[in-house]
Amino acid sequence: MLNLLWLIPLLPLAGALLNIAAGRKLGDPRSGWLATSATLISFLTTVLAYFELLGRQAEKRSHVETLFSWLPVGSLQVDFALLADPLSITMSLFVTGVSTLIHLYAIGYMHGDAKFSKFFIYLNLFVFSMLMLVLGENLLVTFLGWEGVGACSYLLISFWHTRNSAAVAGKKAFVTNRIGDFGVMIAMFLAFSHVGSLSYGAINEAAHAGELAAVSATAIALLLFVGACGKSAQLPLYFWLPDAMEGPTPVSALIHAATMVTSGVFLLTRINPVLHVSYAWVSTTVAVVGAATALFAATIAVSQNDIKRVLAYSTVSQLGLMFLAIGSGAYVAAIFHMVTHAFFKALLFLGSGSVIHGMHHEQDMRKMGALRKVMPITGFTFIIGWLAIAGVPPFAGFWSKDEILLYVFAKSPVLYVVGIVTALLTAYYMTRQVIMVFYGKARWRDHGDEHGAHGDFTPHESPRVMLMPLVVLSVLSVVGGAMQLPFSKDLHFLEHWLAPVVEESEAHIGKTWAYQNKYLLLLLAVAVATAGIVLALAVYAKAKLKVVEPKVLEQAWHYDGAVARVVAGPGAATFNLIAWFDANIVDGIVNGVGQVVRSVAGSLRKTQSGFVRVYALLISIGAVAILGWLLLRGVVL
Amino acid sequence: MMALSLVPTASWYLVLSAVLFGIGTLGVLVRRNPLVMFMCIELMLNAVNLSFVALARELGDINGQTIVFFVMVVAAAEVVVGLGIIVSIMRNRSTLTADDLAGLKG
Repeated sequence: MLNLLWLIPLLPLAGALLNIAAGRKLGDPRSGWLATSATLISFLTTVLAYFELLGRQAEKRSHVETLFSWLPVGSLQVDFALLADPLSITMSLFVTGVSTLIHLYAIGYMHGDAKFSKFFIYLNLFVFSMLMLVLGENLLVTFLGWEGVGACSYLLISFWHTRNSAAVAGKKAFVTNRIGDFGVMIAMFLAFSHVGSLSYGAINEAAHAGELAAVSATAIALLLFVGACGKSAQLPLYFWLPDAMEGPTPVSALIHAATMVTSGVFLLTRINPVLHVSYAWVSTTVAVVGAATALFAATIAVSQNDIKRVLAYSTVSQLGLMFLAIGSGAYVAAIFHMVTHAFFKALLFLGSGSVIHGMHHEQDMRKMGALRKVMPITGFTFIIGWLAIAGVPPFAGFWSKDEILLYVFAKSPVLYVVGIVTALLTAYYMTRQVIMVFYGKARWRDHGDEHGAHGDFTPHESPRVMLMPLVVLSVLSVVGGAMQLPFSKDLHFLEHWLAPVVEESEAHIGKTWAYQNKYLLLLLAVAVATAGIVLALAVYAKAKLKVVEPKVLEQAWHYDGAVARVVAGPGAATFNLIAWFDANIVDGIVNGVGQVVRSVAGSLRKTQSGFVRVYALLISIGAVAILGWLLLRGVVL
Repeated sequence: MMALSLVPTASWYLVLSAVLFGIGTLGVLVRRNPLVMFMCIELMLNAVNLSFVALARELGDINGQTIVFFVMVVAAAEVVVGLGIIVSIMRNRSTLTADDLAGLKG
């Protein structure tokens, strides 16, 4: 079965190609169904691969499927190879699974769009790239997927490209990602020069065996972390993600919440032995950047009024938590949170999409309210997502967040405080969102005239094809935590499953104070989540406290503006200087060479009389001259 | 007094070859009819062939004779191409001298 591994990425690619060929003919909604079934079959194949791996002994759960030799250049031998191991299959499972649901949802959401089939081409291409990213056996195959998801992300963010803001957001995402991609590329060069191979197996083996010096391991890990920061929207490269909300909501759910943005976390987990042998401050850097991002984004989310931007900043914040986990050596917890986050954040995004759909493309939460009465299923599932992300037991987010915080405490109590404050803010802003959207006064009544000339405007519940994914995801958000329960070693299913991949690098916290008091920390986490919810209730539902939404937070600490000013001011001046240098100096040299050749040739061409006999005479004279010269030198005779 | 030997030696052939080559060169330089110029080139080629064969025999080296075969084959191919060009030019013009064909003047 595992030798059919290539089917998993191939199916979405085939779906995309079929839609390119026949998408317009199939039209709305059949091209959507085609794309959905391609992803669904890919998911089922992944499930089969999962059971195949599960049937093996733990240490044999790794299979490399080499399709062909990709770059056989001297000592650089790169195979086009796919790797099935617990990590890649876990990723593939939730990527294909969540994608299938989002494809299904998009059939309803994109109904009536002029570019319906094109949307599904991009979605399928995205799934293909993402699967190449996670299944790749070497950095280059992963990089192929890495760039692929970047390109698809660009295409999908600016899907409604006639809107200027969407076109700009697409460019912003692409350019910011490119900065991170440089890190990955240089890391690849380094890996090749120090290990002689790009294969994960070889790199991780070298790190295990101590053949990789700490300095080079540090450089590789840091450069890959730069790439991860770009893709996973960490400080200082986070700012493209909130703007990416310009894309259609299924895209926000699929790419900018559930899958693509987790690839940075995945990459660092994939090379965890390298991270392990690099200097200790690398892990600390990862943890600090993660913690800073988590807190930073959570504070911003408190003051956002766009329903999707709240979720976008929340995603940045949750990704920060995952990096905090990686930096603390809690790889299992990071993957755990990645999976549960994929469930509840996809759910929340799809829920917000359902709200936007029902509100006739209104995204401002100040114009919503009391929507649970007109959108009961959306409201109910959104509330489940809210409880999951806020960290209320027994929902999925609680278990994974708690697992991370446990490891973070073992690493550094200071970072733990940052984490717990983030958790508090998360509970707070999500409660705020739920209240603003689903409870309180039906403020949309006052804005009815803004939505065309309907006069009597009432939001409506979404079609069944959109509600089905919501229901499935809400079930997963409830039970997702069962993958890894803290009560007994026997309940650490995910840890046992991932053990072959991360065992050596995973932090050992068994003897720390944090581990021995883990139930205390558990209680503290519950208390903090409750406090956040109660606080938000007091402010937004009961109006007992004053609303605190500072302008500086709404403007994202002016970070975006500062970046824009630097890039537009000194940045643009530098680029203009470089452009001038290129146009005048570099091109000048090239054009100068051309000019000289032209003028010399211009005077020389006068000798070309066109008379054959003149040429013959010249040849003869030349031959005689050479012969004479040779004779004089005494070379001949 | 030295007896005049009438047995041809290699020098005889080389002298003949040089004379033929000179005639050929002169012909190419002074004649204007492309066909005659062409024949003169052939003459030059065969003069060289002659010296090749003569030296091959003198030095006992088969390579000289081998090269002659190559020269003949290439010359045959060259004649085909050259005559083809001349014929096609002839079709377009009534009279033809090499000096009329100065269209590639720089």
